Amino acid sequence: MAVDMNMNVLIVDDYKTMLRILRNLMNQLNFTNVEEAMDGTQALEHLRQKDFGLVVSDWNMEPMTGIQLLREVRGDDKLKHIPFIMITAESKSENVIAAKEAGVSNYIVKPFNAETLKSKLVSVLGDF
Amino acid sequence: MRKGAKAKAKKAKKATKREAPRRQAAARKKSATGRARAGKAVKVIRGVVPTVPTARESELFAELESLASYIQSVKSEIATIRPDEVKEDYLPRAADELGAIVDATAEATNAIMDAAEIVERLVGKTDADVGGKLHNATTMIYEACGFQDITGQRINKVVRALKDIEEKVDKLIAAFGGKAAAGSAKKTMNKKDGPITDESLLEGPQLKNKGSSQEEVDALLAGFD
Repeated sequence: MAVDMNMNVLIVDDYKTMLRILRNLMNQLNFTNVEEAMDGTQALEHLRQKDFGLVVSDWNMEPMTGIQLLREVRGDDKLKHIPFIMITAESKSENVIAAKEAGVSNYIVKPFNAETLKSKLVSVLGDF
Repeated sequence: MRKGAKAKAKKAKKATKREAPRRQAAARKKSATGRARAGKAVKVIRGVVPTVPTARESELFAELESLASYIQSVKSEIATIRPDEVKEDYLPRAADELGAIVDATAEATNAIMDAAEIVERLVGKTDADVGGKLHNATTMIYEACGFQDITGQRINKVVRALKDIEEKVDKLIAAFGGKAAAGSAKKTMNKKDGPITDESLLEGPQLKNKGSSQEEVDALLAGFD
């Protein structure tokens, strides 16, 4: 099935610069509806307000971290189907395992490049 | 004095004279018991604290004495270092400077991205070849701007370390009788010890060769399938 490039994508990071980078890179990949949140709590509010086709989230945020957001999403019947990519500088294997156990769809280590972002999006959403 | 009273006094005097040897004997007995008890106490005390210490005890006393004088000299040295100044001046200043670095790099990164976005808007207004090159160049700029996020996280780690040092200095001042309060220092456990918790997983960017590369992460994830 073709990827809906008009789907809502939620990017979550507490660094405004990173949000801007992600938005620009997503736009370059032709995802036009990109929304932003600065922590897990804010992200959950967005997710409960409208339909999203993808979440790309940082891990290290306050008050709600990325892993907590992931658990909330996976524990919510209405949200648990949403693909969730963790994009973080937390690169220890314990982190990757914890994220996988919590139900992460894929994991990107910062710093990353556009090629890695695209390949992870393809692996989660399908070719586009 | 009346005649009756005089007789009574005489009788009492006689009785006292008669009782005297018995009282003296009782007093002697009492005194002997007291001496025996004191002797016993002295024996017990000597048992615990011998008057003449053994060679090993002398050595221990000497060690304690040198330890006490070492603590005293450390106290004086710490006082000359002025830990209060370190806590109240240097550490907060260092944290402020680092915070300023984060702000400055964020500002510069935003300026770079402003420029990159202007360039990107020109992509559709030029021929395909040039447009493609501009597009690739802006992608590279966006990727490179990610440094701000990473350096920001690293600097925040250093700021947190400075705060830990500040709390330890605080405790040191309190331990050496300074006026500074011990503070409500949070426990800075070695995150490598103990069970894995959400808190222990938050470490931020890893130094080279310490964390996992994207390839290693991919391999780890593939292991779940």
